[in-house]
This record gives sequence, C-alpha cells and structure tokens, in this order.
Amino acid sequence: MYGSTNLSEEDAKRMNTTVEDPEKLEAFESRIARGEKIEPQDWMPVEYRKQLIRMIEQHAHSEIVGALPEGTWITRAPNFRRKLALIAKVQDEIGHGQLLYSAAETLGKTREEMLNDLLNGKSKYSNVFNYPAKTWADIAVIGFLVDGAAIVNQVINSKGSYGPYCRALERICYEESFHLKQGHDNVVYLATGTKHQRAILQDAINRWYVPLLHFFGPPDKMSAHSEKLMKWKVKLASNDDMRNQFLDQYVPKIWELDITFPDPNLKKNNDGIWEFSDPDWNEFKRVINGGGPCNAERIAVRKFAEEAGRWVRQALMSPTEKYVVPLA
Amino acid sequence: MGEFENEIQNTMNTLDPRIKRLSLEPSAVVEKTNSHLITYEVFHQEKRGKHVTHVGVVHASNPEMALVMAKEVFGRRGKTTNLWVVKTSDVYTFGSDDEDMFETTPEKTFRDPAYYKVRDRIEKFQQRQKPL
Repeated sequence: MYGSTNLSEEDAKRMNTTVEDPEKLEAFESRIARGEKIEPQDWMPVEYRKQLIRMIEQHAHSEIVGALPEGTWITRAPNFRRKLALIAKVQDEIGHGQLLYSAAETLGKTREEMLNDLLNGKSKYSNVFNYPAKTWADIAVIGFLVDGAAIVNQVINSKGSYGPYCRALERICYEESFHLKQGHDNVVYLATGTKHQRAILQDAINRWYVPLLHFFGPPDKMSAHSEKLMKWKVKLASNDDMRNQFLDQYVPKIWELDITFPDPNLKKNNDGIWEFSDPDWNEFKRVINGGGPCNAERIAVRKFAEEAGRWVRQALMSPTEKYVVPLA
Repeated sequence: MGEFENEIQNTMNTLDPRIKRLSLEPSAVVEKTNSHLITYEVFHQEKRGKHVTHVGVVHASNPEMALVMAKEVFGRRGKTTNLWVVKTSDVYTFGSDDEDMFETTPEKTFRDPAYYKVRDRIEKFQQRQKPL
C-alpha cells in the first residue's frame, strides 16, 4: 500500500558523500535519463540499492500489516457480498506483500531478513496501519481513502527506474483499483443510508483525516531532500505534491455525499492548491517510533503468526537446496 | 495526547480474534535462519495457444508448493489456462554486460521482408520491354 521515499537525515548526508566509479555511474545515470529501467543484474550505486531495499521493504511490510485491521472485520461483514469483497481484498494485500518482498529480494536482502527486521522493529511500515478499525465504516474509509492515497503514491512510483519494483507496482495498481471501487461503493451505501450509517461514516472520516494527511510524509519544507533520489528516479514526486493530488481527487467525492472533514481550513485555493490546517507532526513521529494506538498489537499478531508457523516452515525446509537471489 | 496514551493502555483489548482468543506470548527471540525457502520463477499462460510469459517469483519448499503459491499470487483474476514454475537456480541467463551482443541485430535489415523491394525494378523492366 505504501512506499516511503522519506530519507533520514543520516541517509541524506551519506547519499551526498558516497563515491562511486565515475564511469559506471555515468552509464547508469544516462540509462535512467533515457527512460530505461535498471534490472537486478545491472551495476548500481550502493546508495541506490540501499534506498530501494528500504523503500520496497517498507512497502511490503505495509501490505501485510495493512491487511490486519481489515482482516478482523471479515467475520463481521454486514452481508455476504461485502464479505466476499473483503476476503478478496485482504488476500490481495498479502499477495502484494509477496510481490514486493520478491522485488526487494532481487536487490540482495532475503525475505526472512526483512520479516525479522519488521518484528525486531528495525524496519518500518506505514503509520496509517497503526490506527484501529473500530466500526464497519472504518473498513469503508480504509478501502476508499487509504487505498486511494496508496494508489496516488503507487502510480507515481510505478514510473520509477527499478524494473522489478515497477512491474510489481503495475500489477498492484491494477488490483487496487478494485479495492478503491468497492471502498467507494461501501462509503456511498453508508452515506446514503440511515442516520446511524451516516453517523458512523462521519465518525470514521473524522478519525482518519489526520492519518491520511500524514500518509504522504512530512511537508517538503520539513523533510530531508536528495537530488540524487530524484535523478535516479527512486523518488518521483514530493510529499506535498502527492498529498495535493490526493486531496484534489478525493475530497470532492466525500463532500458530494454531504459528509465533512474535521478541518474548517480545508479548501482549494485559486491556484488549484489545497489548503488545510497543518496536522500534528509530533503525533506522526510518535506513531513512527512505536507510540501509536495499535503498534504493539500489529507486531504481536505478526510475531504470533511467525511463531505459530515456524514448525511448518522448518518441516518444509530442505537443507540441500541452495538459495539464490530471484531473477526478476 | 492523553487520548493516545489511553489507547495504548487498551491496545490488547482488541477486536482481532487472533489476539482475543489465543493466549499470546510473544517471545523476544525472532527466528534467525540462514536457510531460506528457495524461489521459483513463475510463468503464466492466459489462453490456449498464447505464449507462456514470466510474471514473477514465489517462495516455496518444492515445485508442487510453488504451483499452489503461484496460483494464489498470479491466478486470482482474469483468465489463466496454466502456470509454470522453474527453480530460480535452474534458469540460465546472459549477463547484463553481454547486452551489447544484440546491439546490431536491428541493423540486419536483410533479415526483414521489408528489405526486399522489387516493384521498381519490375516496372523499369516492363518499360524497357515495351515495343517502341
């Protein structure tokens, strides 16, 4: 659902100091400038590999952790049709995780190492999944707006330079367009339903508004920049640009249902730029560092799955098989 | 702020049945292993008579499991007639440094049907043959 291109200060500094073979770097950069893709077997700068692993891995974790809040609602879906759609969506998310782990794996980090780093807290996933899905309306809002935000991000990233990531994203975007449509359908049913249905929808929108603004990362003026990531087509749009694109596409679709966002300053100005009250970025940091309402629960569920399934994996493991990095 | 801390306190009072129904004892030890499930390259055939094309990778312990995984990951939507899986280590490829050996192939126009244009010659010939 999400690939963060936000750099830590430390990474940003190193990006600008690592020295690469100038001849190879030149060939690499001109290939990207020509619009060609980089494939796993190609030479690539150390930092390019490192940043891509970090980004694709976070994205993969976000997919599988993102399925957890929705998964809990499968048993309580309001009808059979909604239940079928939700099962399909949750299965897709796990499938997307698998596609992305494989894409990251082509860069040299194994899936097991990535899963270990998720459990030991070394690698992150999107903050948005550390909030609870309290009512059925949360499932509608997640399906429509969280997936909508993810699609904005993923369509942009699918134009990037790394072949395996782009191919995975194309497939993911195709499948997520179903998530979006069924989410919209669900939102519209609640919005045009009973007083109570409208009330739980409004409540869910009120709670998801800030996490959605946070989704695209800190404002450009606050985040560490790297010209190189742009040049290498790892990062393709700024956080503010993506956030604006999201608001432009989705705010009107909520307003037309006579549902509001909890922000009196939310409006589009004459230049086509959306204005909104700055959300609390300290909360964003607090949630990233483990302080969100569901961080502990999400990791606990993953740990449980990891441990409960260990005997199966070990029984299946063949000691004579030699692991090689996947091809594409 | 206060609301958040409250939330954390209630973290394990959850809607997740896996947490609710099972006694969960997250151990501090995360599995550390150097023996990974190997990967299989997956090929997908959409229709009878179409090419079978590479679509991605799955992790599996053996080819049968790889097929099951491939069906789940690559056969969820649209049409599928068949899936193939091949152990990644069994695939042989050229190195990316060898890409230049194909560089001149598009120049070999003598291999293209469009290279052979005889109409002009036939017309000139027919002109010459006409009685004066």
